[in-house]
Amino acid sequence: MHFHHPTTLADATQAVAEGATPLAGGTDLMVEVNFRHRRPEHVVGLRKVEELGAWEGNRIGAGVTWRRLEHGGPQALAEAARTVGSPQIRNAGTIGGNVVTASPAGDGLPFLVAVDAKVEVMSAEGGRLVPWDVFFVGVKKTTLAADELVTAIHLPESLPERQAFGKVGVRSAMVIATVGCVVTRTDDGKTTVGLGSVGPTPLRASRAEEMISSVTRPTESDLAEFQKMVSDEARPITDHRSTEEYRRHAVGVLARRLLERCLR
Amino acid sequence: MEVSMTVNGRAVSADVEPRTLLVHFLRENLRLTGTHVGCETGYCGACTVHVDGKAVKSCTMLAVQAEGADVKTIESLASNGNLHPVQEGFWERHGLQCGFCTPGMIMASVALLDENNNPSEDEIRHGIEGNLCRCTGYHNIVRAVEYAGAKMRGEEPPPPDWEGGE
Ligand SMILES: Cc1cc2nc3c(=O)[nH]c(=O)nc-3n(C[C@H](O)[C@H](O)[C@H](O)COP(=O)(O)OP(=O)(O)OC[C@H]3O[C@@H](n4cnc5c(N)ncnc54)[C@H](O)[C@@H]3O)c2cc1C
Ligand code: FES
Ligand code: FES
Repeated sequence: MHFHHPTTLADATQAVAEGATPLAGGTDLMVEVNFRHRRPEHVVGLRKVEELGAWEGNRIGAGVTWRRLEHGGPQALAEAARTVGSPQIRNAGTIGGNVVTASPAGDGLPFLVAVDAKVEVMSAEGGRLVPWDVFFVGVKKTTLAADELVTAIHLPESLPERQAFGKVGVRSAMVIATVGCVVTRTDDGKTTVGLGSVGPTPLRASRAEEMISSVTRPTESDLAEFQKMVSDEARPITDHRSTEEYRRHAVGVLARRLLERCLR
Repeated sequence: MEVSMTVNGRAVSADVEPRTLLVHFLRENLRLTGTHVGCETGYCGACTVHVDGKAVKSCTMLAVQAEGADVKTIESLASNGNLHPVQEGFWERHGLQCGFCTPGMIMASVALLDENNNPSEDEIRHGIEGNLCRCTGYHNIVRAVEYAGAKMRGEEPPPPDWEGGE
């Protein structure tokens, strides 16, 4: 293995252009390397690239750790950050790594889709801003090119006043989500719902959003309808973590509870 | 590849294979075998050390990534034969049985207390959620951290459970 430790973004993009595998916190990549699922020949460490750790307003650098998000992130993203792994994982793991791994269970993803975040990517040639629904294309699949780095996440200028994150897992600590969800609601009722672990990519429950956005004061029956619509829009599968049926049920219940939290 | 860092206050440098994990560098090159390896997948926490003041799992970090860093292991805690308050807490409150998880558990607890020396039981449990123990059931570990917190605040530690504590 060849290891390269640049301090500038230009050197880092040059290294990936030459075929290097980026290494940020290592909490996904090193596990795969230790298991010999991946054997990168050339690795470029990103920890010393200061530009990637920059976080200004709505632009969050790819190298920003969960630890930093836990303390200073928008509410639902901070809530998600608090549930990622353990303190050691949050000290090392980054939002950029979460996005590039693109696991359906990535805890950062429901928030990013709920607020329509864009992914800023850059190669030696130049940069582009990719809407989330163009970026995520399948289980652990993105449209990031081999010679590109994710440099930042762009959130919209103004974020919904009310936001809530929740996840369901088999234990309450250090757990990969069986289902994950973020619900946001503005003061005038516009509601968004981002879902995780219930499809190959993170999803939006657009029909449920549309229905509940038009209701100023949801009644019990509106909430029940919302729950059912979210369940219907999920596209879960059965795997080693859970079943399709359970996930479909749980995601509806979770979304409803989060909406109730937003309405309080 | 040449790597230099500070480990337990001492400047060290060595020529390592880039693929060498930090935990192996500590154990094999530096013979600091207090840091344990349980899983190499980031789950068990036995390999917890501090890098630049933050607790991390040294099995998911390359030694070369720690270039220039300040690394602290369990061996840095006791000085002149005096145990660190957290080590003392584990001793006094029976926070260990086989001891395999202990170095990592202690390093995680030290990081927790460095940030907040008066954590609630909930905060303690959250603070050590990245460390698995197959022996103790965690109860006495929580008590050990409470003991250490009290010591670090200069207060009298709560009495042990077996002497009429809860
Ligand atoms: C014990 C444990 C518990 C975990 N718990 C959770 C959890 O609860 N929730 C959760 O969502 N995740 C969890 N994870 C997974 C992981 O911690 C997160 O996905 C984390 O955000 C990954 O970030 P990283 O910086 O460590 O990525 P790395 O491992 O460094 O990289 C991950 C991937 O992204 C690529 N990459 C990294 N940065 C860039 C960049 N800037 N540009 C291009 N490519 C890049 C790497 O090449 C690699 O393919 C856990 C992992 C462990 C080991
Ligand atoms: S050996 Fe590192 S977490 Fe288990
Ligand atoms: S004391 Fe044996 S694993 Fe914790």
